Amino acid sequence: MSTARSSQTLPDGQPGRRETSLLAAGSIAGRALVIVVAIMTFLASMTAGTVELVASASKSWRADVAREATIQVRPRQGRNIEQDVAHAVALARATAGISDVKVYDKRESERLLEPWLGTGLDIAELPVPRLIELKVGGRPDFAALRRQLVEQVPSATLDDHRMWLQRLGAMASAMVIVGVLIMVLVLIATALAIAFATRGAMAGNRDIIEVLNLVGASDDFIAREFQKHFLRLGLKGGAIGGAAAMLTFWFAGFTAARWNATPGGDQLEALFGTFALGLRGYLAVVIIAFIVAITTAIVSRITVYRNLRGLD
Amino acid sequence: MLVRFENVGLRYGLGTEILRDLSFEIKPKSFQFLSGPSGSGKTTLLKMMLANLKPTRGLVHLFGDDVGRMNKDQVTALRRKVGVVLQDFRLLDHLTTYENVALPLRVQGKSEDSYRAEVIELLRWVGLGDRMYVPPSILSGGEKQRTAIARALIVRPELLLADEPTGNVDPVLAKRLVRLFIELNKLGTAIVMATHDWALMDQIPERRLVLTEGRLRIDE
Repeated sequence: MSTARSSQTLPDGQPGRRETSLLAAGSIAGRALVIVVAIMTFLASMTAGTVELVASASKSWRADVAREATIQVRPRQGRNIEQDVAHAVALARATAGISDVKVYDKRESERLLEPWLGTGLDIAELPVPRLIELKVGGRPDFAALRRQLVEQVPSATLDDHRMWLQRLGAMASAMVIVGVLIMVLVLIATALAIAFATRGAMAGNRDIIEVLNLVGASDDFIAREFQKHFLRLGLKGGAIGGAAAMLTFWFAGFTAARWNATPGGDQLEALFGTFALGLRGYLAVVIIAFIVAITTAIVSRITVYRNLRGLD
Repeated sequence: MLVRFENVGLRYGLGTEILRDLSFEIKPKSFQFLSGPSGSGKTTLLKMMLANLKPTRGLVHLFGDDVGRMNKDQVTALRRKVGVVLQDFRLLDHLTTYENVALPLRVQGKSEDSYRAEVIELLRWVGLGDRMYVPPSILSGGEKQRTAIARALIVRPELLLADEPTGNVDPVLAKRLVRLFIELNKLGTAIVMATHDWALMDQIPERRLVLTEGRLRIDE
């Protein structure tokens, strides 16, 4: 209020200057509300950013997993495992859409088992299954390949990682749903806080509202005055909260990049890729800040309008 | 007829009637004093003429509309035709004199360019030309009074209701203000001026509505 007043009380003040707000700003707990809106925007933005990170990470995991498939050949009595492996490889190579086939030979299988069984093991003494890794280039007909394997190499099974993909998909969707729910809850909490703040502001400005009514102000005009005031507060709070969230994500990405070569950093990278919020994430934060500011304005207008109609 | 009261009574809650059997009319371009001792109900009657209070009995017609049936938009439209000067001025402390006077036009959504010259001219007319850009807190009682009067006049009302407009000023200024009202009346505004200053009324031979213990006597 003091700024508005001082600009209007200058001796050479011109009436053509910016219009002073009709609400006495001093009677509105403006700063507290800006902080509430900023915190709410920050929480909603953090949720949105995290959801975006998980969603994009899960997309890249799924793409990685979907680019591979595995044939497992189990040793069975009465069957030559090497022949079965060769047969399975031949069938895989003949399938369109499979760009590369890699057989894990005895030594590689041994190395895969080393962490569990130790070194110096003669794998031939153990009934260890053999793995054939398939690189997927196009859209192979896995159902046909599986059928052929059942018929011609009964000891082989094909795993196209469909179960993993489904699980990852379900997890990512659950994260997104939970994130959206949290954002909705934060928005509802913001709206309620604004409604209470507006009622407080109306009580603090009761004399002013009375005068406005006496000089012929419509309810719509008064509600618009409150809306303008709260939109300003909302934009301020939204900008602060959104900027804080962006800074937090930028800092997290920056720190993760510096830890890149450390074991912890590798884990993070395995989980979240580069742990950097893309343009979409930052855009989501900006949109959330705007939604919060607009919610602030609309809720205050509705609250004022309803209250004024109630006074009639 | 601007105002018509027919057997009007008003009570708050279950209390006794504070206004009883009021019947009178206010014609366009007329001038009348509303007098009576303190607490006789002058302010309450003015509030009824502003549709701020509805009668508990009888009929009140303002500008041809029954107050009992008016919706909020009609009340707003009515207040744009009526200027009001309240006893306690009711100026907005965080606005300047200029902004206070311009308020009735601003709430009508008019742009400042359309009324700036008019507001400045009116402020000069009421002798506040050099106090335009100061807040009411540094104005004297008389200056506040004139600001409130200018705010009531800026919309060129058909009816001006003034509640004790001379109550806070010295006799010389009081006379000046009444002359101002008479001048306005000659320009076509109907005036209801509430006052209990009998000496002032004796100088001006105009119609008197006298309230005593909630009842009205009219001295034509």
